[in-house]
Order: sequence, then structure tokens, then C-alpha cells
Amino acid sequence: MNQIPVKDVTPKGKGEAVNLYAEREHIYVKFYKGFFKNFRIISGAIMLIMFYTFSWLQWDGRQAVLFDLPNRQFHVFGMTFWPQDFMLLSWLLIILAFTLFFVTVFAGRLWCGYACPQFVWTWLFIWAERFAEGDRNQRMRLDKSAWSMTKLRKKAVKHALWLFIAITSAIAFVGYFSPIRELVADVAAFSLGPWEMWWIGFIAVATYANAGWLREQVCIYMCPYARFQSVMFDQDTLIISYDEARGENRGKRKKGADYKAEGLGDCIDCDNCVHVCPVGIDIRDGLQYECVACGACVDACDDIMERMGYEKGLVRYTTEHQLEGHTTKLLRPRLIGYFIVLTAMFVAFSYTLYNRVPLEVDILRDRGQLYNEASNGMIENVYKLKIANKEQQDHQYRISISGLDGLKLIDDPVVTVKAGELLDYPIRLQLSRDRLERPNYDIQLTVEALDNSSISITEANRFIGPAPRR
Amino acid sequence: MSAFWSAWVTVITLAVILGCTWLLLQTRKSENFKEETDQTLGHEFDGIAEYDNPLPKWWFQMFMATVIFGLIYLVLYPGLGNFKGLLGWTSTGQWEEEMAHAEEVYKPVFGKYAALSVEELQKPENAAGLKMGQRMFANNCSLCHGTAGTGAFGFPNLADSDWLYGGAPETIKQTIVNGRQGAMPAWGAVLGEEGVRDVTSYVLTLSGLESDAEAAARGKTQFQALCTACHGVDGKGMQALGAPNLTDDVWLYGNSFEKVAHTIRAGRNGVMPAHKDLLSDDKIQLITAYVYSLSNK
Repeated sequence: MNQIPVKDVTPKGKGEAVNLYAEREHIYVKFYKGFFKNFRIISGAIMLIMFYTFSWLQWDGRQAVLFDLPNRQFHVFGMTFWPQDFMLLSWLLIILAFTLFFVTVFAGRLWCGYACPQFVWTWLFIWAERFAEGDRNQRMRLDKSAWSMTKLRKKAVKHALWLFIAITSAIAFVGYFSPIRELVADVAAFSLGPWEMWWIGFIAVATYANAGWLREQVCIYMCPYARFQSVMFDQDTLIISYDEARGENRGKRKKGADYKAEGLGDCIDCDNCVHVCPVGIDIRDGLQYECVACGACVDACDDIMERMGYEKGLVRYTTEHQLEGHTTKLLRPRLIGYFIVLTAMFVAFSYTLYNRVPLEVDILRDRGQLYNEASNGMIENVYKLKIANKEQQDHQYRISISGLDGLKLIDDPVVTVKAGELLDYPIRLQLSRDRLERPNYDIQLTVEALDNSSISITEANRFIGPAPRR
Repeated sequence: MSAFWSAWVTVITLAVILGCTWLLLQTRKSENFKEETDQTLGHEFDGIAEYDNPLPKWWFQMFMATVIFGLIYLVLYPGLGNFKGLLGWTSTGQWEEEMAHAEEVYKPVFGKYAALSVEELQKPENAAGLKMGQRMFANNCSLCHGTAGTGAFGFPNLADSDWLYGGAPETIKQTIVNGRQGAMPAWGAVLGEEGVRDVTSYVLTLSGLESDAEAAARGKTQFQALCTACHGVDGKGMQALGAPNLTDDVWLYGNSFEKVAHTIRAGRNGVMPAHKDLLSDDKIQLITAYVYSLSNK
């Protein structure tokens, strides 16, 4: 193992300033083809199609996936979540985080290369760039050349394409928060509300800047996952690596020459792997933190190896152990641990979701006084019921009380709550004085839908009266 | 603010801003904006010395931007003592503006129902209007009268059929708009302690509660002399004055001997605040309808 070349930043002498600022070098990504690229195109396409089309799906005559912020209601297909369900979102995010950990331990930075929106859009933009300006060499020449009509035209086409992608992405994104059918109609009619305008503008600009201009800078300097993903790696994690033992000494050669005799390895030093790299590293220097494991260098090198008639896999997905000649252990405590935790959480989450009662009941005892005496001599307690119907259809609910004999509900026990409505319903409970043996009792209030007994919630509260006269 | 304090605030505010600016300009290296220098500050700890570098340019510019922002702000908005600012902004003004805007937005919503009579609003098709009334009742009235309008000690029950001033829609509206003063005078000095107890005994008999018959007989005479002016000869009260009916089971201040005696001895002073300045007429109309609905189901 050679040491990775490091930049020496030791202060030279006293009184000499050191500049730690790394100048950005523009990366021209070369076009290539290959297995991993196809894989990424498929995965990216699936995600893009989901992103662009899910907001158009309908469910019961409304948008299937809609995060209605003004009404604080979040529709996901057949379910409607309220802010009270925030715990579910927390758990979902925790599960997703663990999935990321699990995948990272197993296969390294799979997320970055194949699923991260930053990267999916970056590849989309690189494609647009190539479409407008040609491949790597042409782009480099174009950037070096003086301004001319041709250059202006190419650049204009590129930025127009970029902006088009950015704006459509922004509209698709905002369409999850503001019904997309009306939104698209509004966009077409130039009659957007100020908020929609602002968010579409903001996300379009952010997409354009991120995927067009910032690109790998986000991964290298801004992304938190990139910072901590390496702690999840172990020696059996899949990494993309250059097989040094096979490749060195690198050097140019004629095709079909007996290079082994010349003391050369399989690497022909064509720099193809460097030219296709979207983060601009040389994989032959070993694993680096910039590497997003997109597999571009694997595809590029395999292509060259094939042409040279050598065996593929000089740069390949492998593990540290394999490179050192050991065997890779797939089942290791860390991976198994993550898997068990993930499975347990997933099962619990599904169970919770399946058994979720789309009803919310809060009981607030009236403040100000513990009880009052009604004119008929009964002891009366007042409660405010807050009944939230989280379903998509109206329901009639029956309110019943238990836990104290002789307790009467004065108001109408059947109450109608419209879909997605939060109803305030004051109720009065009365008990005759001679029934009172203690100053307070635990009681249970049950709210149950008339048409579906599985939608039922029981809440405990107290009934308070005067201390009985002995 | 007096002129002195106004000047005090102005001078200090401006002096601090100018002082910061002066400090910024002083600490900036004047030697043609050099980014870096080989000069150290002259102190050294464990061989570590600090360069005498100026503030980075972007940082300096950001500071200057805040100074400029501050000065512009002080010209436009109140901040320098009694100076009102060129925009004439006040928090009260903003509040009024927002209230006016809310009024504009919600007036049609309330107005649609507030145009209807209280009896009309009881109909099922106007349930939404009544629901608005309920919500406003919860925000404005339930603190005293309870969530269900059942009242509390000293606060009348609105959900029963007994009314101090009458339960006609117009009367209820009057009560909310102008408020009420339920003044029961204190008779302790007139009657003396003995008299108070006698009258109390008599009053309890009016609603069929147990009391000392002898004392009640004595109290009756005094009751006829002093109390009938408001509570009527038969003790059934007078809605024009808000004098309660003493013959029913409804007791605003309790019906134990001691509580009634206290009422007679020291008097009571119930206040329903006027809401004409707090709530718009439309809102009061809807609240009236809701209160009316409590006892007319």
C-alpha cells in the first residue's frame, strides 16, 4: 500500500502566511457507457418519475399525495395525518436514517451515487450540458475560446435547458403542497399567488445553482452525510477501488504488446477514470472522502480493459479485505444489529400505522370551578370535548360514559363531525347529590363512530363533587 | 418622553453607532488594503504568535452594511427618542391596520349570518353561524359563564330557563352590548345583625328551604318594608332591574343560610361588562344567537 499523496500544509517559517483556501477546478465530466451507469439511469428515472407523477395521482377525488400546510392536514393516499401524528413522522425519519446506516455498512455510499437528489439532478444537468455543448473536449475548448455567436448560442441553449429542468422540478415540488392541477393551470395563466411564486422561484434557483453550478462542491464541503458516512465503513464494506497489485506499474503500451515483460501492470494510464469522475478525483490514489461511489470510473475502466483485451475489474466494487487477499465476511455483528433494529422498527411502525384510529379526542375539564349545582339539585361537571375526525368522510359519533353509576349525560350523546373537522363540544354530566360518596371519581368517556365500531377512543377523566355531608 | 430623555436616547444611540464605525475604520489596515501582513501582535504563548491581520474584507463590509442599515432604519422608523420616523410607523397603527384587514376578510363571513334574526339562526341550515357564535362564546364569555354556559358562583347560568333580565333575544343582546350592573344594596347597617338573620330566615322559606319559623315571621315584616321594591311583594323578582326571583331554586350566590345572610348584610355587586367596544355588532349578533340557543333547544 502506498501512502495517499497528502498536501503539506505545515507553516513554512515564522511570519509566513499559509493559505488553506482550495481553488475550485472546473470538472468536465466525460461521456461514458456501462453497467453501473445503466443501473443509475434506471434508479434515477424511477425516482424522477415518482417525483413528477405522484402529485398527479388521485384518490377519492382529491390529490393522493398532498401536504396541506394551511389546513395542517397531510394526505398520503388513503390516509390523512394531522400534526398530532407527528410522532409517526419522527419514527419514519428514524427508520429512514437506520436504512441509510444499514445500506452504508453493507455497500458504502450507495445513497450518494444512485439515489441522492443532488446527484440525480447533477447527472441530469450534465446530460443537458453535453446535449448543448458536446462532450468533454469540446466543452473545454468552448470555455477556452473567445466569445462568438456559436458559443453564445450553445451557452444559451444549455442555460435554457437547465432553467427549464429547474422550473419544472420546482413546480413539481410545490405541487405536493398546493394542488398541482390548479397550480399548473395557474402557471399557464400567469396567475400564481405570491407564496407559490416565491417557492417556485426559490426552488428553481436552488436547483439551478445546486445541479448546475455547485455540484460536487455540495458533496465535498456541505453535505453532512458525506462527513460522517466514513465512520460506518469497516473492512468488509463495499468500496470502489483500484486494484493496485494488478494495475501497477501503470504506463502506455501498444495493444497486444507483451507489457508484463516491460514490467508494466494492467493500467494503461489513459486517465479515463479521472475524466469521467464527477467529483474530479483519481481513484487510483485510493479511497477518498470526495468519492460518491457512483461507479463511473468502474464503467470507464471496464470499457478500456475490454478494448485492450484485458480482464475487467481493474477498478471495481470490492472490499478492503478482498484487496488484501482475505475473504469478505458479509454477516458481521454491526450489520446484523442494524438489520434487527431496522426490522423491529419497521414492524412496529407498520403495526402502528395499521391500527391507527382516525379520531382524536381531548377532554378538557372546565376551568374556573370544580363543579356547580344545577337548579334541579344535581351536581354538575362541565367538560369540553375536542373531537377531531381524521377520516375523509363525515361520521356520527356516540359519546358514552362509564365508571360511575347514576352519572347522566345532559347533552345530545350523538354528534356529527364532518371530514377533517375539529369540533368543540361542551358536555354536562350530572349526578344526584345522594349518590355521591366521595369527593371525586375516575370516569371514562368513550367516543365511538356509529357506523364503524373500530373507530373508538376512550379517555379517562374525573368527576368532582362537594365533599359528602356525613 | 421628556425632551431630556429623548435627547439622551438619541445621543447615546448615535454615539454608539458612530463609535463602532470609528473603531472599524481605525482597526482597518490603511496600507493599500493588504490582505495579509507579516506583523505579529507581539505576544507569544508556547511559541504561538498571532498575526496582526486586518478584518477580512467581506467581514468589514458586512459590518459597514449593518451600520448603514441601522442609520436608514433610524431615519425611517421610530428609534431616536421622540422622533417618529419618516414612515410614521407605530405598533398601534400596525395593529389597527391588521384589525381592519381582518375585518375586511371576515366581515362577509360573519355578515352573511349576522344579517339573520336570532330565531332564524336557530334553524339547522344556519348551524355554521351558530357554531361561529359558539366559538366566540368560548373565547369571550366562557371564562366566567363556563364552556357550556352553566355559570359559576356569582356568574349566572345561561343554559337554564331562569333569566335575571329576561331571555328575549333583544334583551340578551342588550346585556352583551351595554353590560349590566346587578347591585344588591347592603342592608347590614339598616337591619342590624338580628334583622339580617330574620330576613334570611324568611327568604329561605320563599323557595321552600328549611328555616326557623319564628325568625322567618319576624323577617317577613322587614322584607315587606325593605325588599319588595325590587324583589316584588311575592319575592318573584323584577327583570327590569335584574332583581332575582327568590322563590325558585336558582341561587347566584348560594342558598346556605350564611351565604344568603352575607348577601343581605353586605350586598352584592355583579358586573357584566359592556362588549360594544370589544366586539363588532355582527359578532355580538352571533353570540346572542348562541346564548339564546342554550336555553331554547
